Amino acid sequence: MTITRKQFLVFAAASLAGAAGAKVVSGAEIVREIAAPKGNKRWAMTVDFQKCRWDEGCNQCSAACKSAHNLPDFPDKTHEIKWIWKEKYQVVFRQQSEVVNPALTSHPLALLCNHCSTPACTKVCPTDATWKREDGVVMMDWHRCIGCRYCMAACPYGARSFNFVDPRPYVATINPDFPTRTRGVVEKCSFCNERLDKGKTPACVESCVEKALTFGDLNDATSEIRRILASRYAIQRQPELGTGPAVYYLI
Amino acid sequence: MIEEALVGSRRYWLWVSALLVLIAIGGVFYLRQLAYGLGVTGLSRDVIWGLYISQFTFFVGVAASAVMVVLPYYLHDYKQFGKITILGELLAVAAVTMCMLFIFVDMGQPARVMNVLLHPMPHSIMFWDMISLSGYLLLNAVIAFTTLSSEKKGVSAPHWVKPFIYLSIPWAISIHTVTAFLYSGLAARPFWMTAVLAPRFLASAFASGPALLILLILVLRRTTGYDPGTEPLNKLRTIMTYAATISVFFVLMELFTALYSDLPEHREHFEYLFSGLDGQHSLVPWMWVSAALMIVALVMLYSVRQRAGNQVLAASCICIFISLWIEKGMVLIVGGLVPSPLGTITKYQPTIPEWGIVIGIWSIGTLMVTVFYKITVAVRSIS
Repeated sequence: MTITRKQFLVFAAASLAGAAGAKVVSGAEIVREIAAPKGNKRWAMTVDFQKCRWDEGCNQCSAACKSAHNLPDFPDKTHEIKWIWKEKYQVVFRQQSEVVNPALTSHPLALLCNHCSTPACTKVCPTDATWKREDGVVMMDWHRCIGCRYCMAACPYGARSFNFVDPRPYVATINPDFPTRTRGVVEKCSFCNERLDKGKTPACVESCVEKALTFGDLNDATSEIRRILASRYAIQRQPELGTGPAVYYLI
Repeated sequence: MIEEALVGSRRYWLWVSALLVLIAIGGVFYLRQLAYGLGVTGLSRDVIWGLYISQFTFFVGVAASAVMVVLPYYLHDYKQFGKITILGELLAVAAVTMCMLFIFVDMGQPARVMNVLLHPMPHSIMFWDMISLSGYLLLNAVIAFTTLSSEKKGVSAPHWVKPFIYLSIPWAISIHTVTAFLYSGLAARPFWMTAVLAPRFLASAFASGPALLILLILVLRRTTGYDPGTEPLNKLRTIMTYAATISVFFVLMELFTALYSDLPEHREHFEYLFSGLDGQHSLVPWMWVSAALMIVALVMLYSVRQRAGNQVLAASCICIFISLWIEKGMVLIVGGLVPSPLGTITKYQPTIPEWGIVIGIWSIGTLMVTVFYKITVAVRSIS
């Protein structure tokens, strides 16, 4: 059997494509190894209704997050990138908004990615660009995301944002220690995995002067977060969906 | 065979040139979207999918409906469909191509499309959608090409193509089922999370697809004289009528469940579509036009006899096609995203670049159908 020039070219192109593909895979695996979790942890957060002063104009947590992660300020508010932001109680807990205490229902609350134990978003991702680490942090790979926005359709908490345009011109001051994003990818709160891996708490928790946010390991029975959850009444957003949110709201 | 498409009347070339101009305009708008991002569209953080994904959903239905001519012809040996089966298969090839293009233009990072193959994720329905769509495209392209080239040579189609034809029947059902699963598996979106979504998709597909096929056959008969006879048209009309009726029935089932159960997350979407919510009602006129067209079409189809002439048939096909185009190609997707899980109502208004890209893709589909049908008619008039 002789090989025609066309067959040779097709074979050569296929081999090249295969080799290039293998290289991309190995590069991505290295990134994932670096991002691998440390130890057997289950990170979680509590948001304290009684301490949060967001109703008085305090926005330390979202400001700290914004400058740490290079979040843009898009002129079009429908394109807004939100990692941690505020909504009123009756918006966050729509199904339980008819409570007696009016001070509670009008109180704004911090919203962020719930870093669910069975996330609805990671299951639908066609490229594994979003996945859950063993310590419960739901991660995003901005170099792999194809921008299909299926994860946004699947998230019941509205925690994900999409870069409809190039965000870089809209970042006030770029923090060189954290990547900026390109247009056309999805992003969300990362529980500051880059800080967790250095033994620090998330930027929002650290910045909160009222100590309304607590962060810790649910698998550690002696942790502060376990002590708080044992002593206070806490609710999760839409627990009936079975997603297992790791953000608890203290009434 | 392609040479048959390269000779034609002045009218043919005028039509092809017009389509090429529209494709070029769509291409220019797409380059703009590529450079600037999906910010050129009317999409937003809450309404993440719009015309592109809706049109994708609609045309998967058109593609799947080829089974309504393939099944009677090959499985039940219904000879009357002999002259139109190939037209249905070729329409499916064009429709699936359009679907793929609609998905492609919706991607934020189209250059990374191969990531879906590099990192295949079987737990994502989008992976299966890609498998089913590309498989269906391949099946129909191979089947149509083989049958047509055998006809040209004056021989009967080779035996090896038969298993592929039989495979294409369940495959057609699968493409639309998987497309429904994209939506119906999402707990975050109660409007879509209904087991009747896949059956409803199939029912509306088997109405809108045959409606388009009848219209195309009528156009073909007028422009080329290719006449499959009245019998297959009447049969298609029957299929379309019953499918449209079942589709309406499924919609009524949805309405009852949502409205009688009175669950806010389910009810709100229907309220938003049929009467508006919190003073927002941009989709309400569309919804009612769709409903009215469907009623008019069904009244015509059930009350006017089949022999009454093609005007009534064409009118009801147009009504059904537009009605389902609105319902599935616009309202169903946007209506599932509004209100958002946080109860936000965001208006979605497709922009001019968005329409330009959509019209460009339609023109690609139309051009494919034109060329395919031109070849088919030429081959059949010789043999």
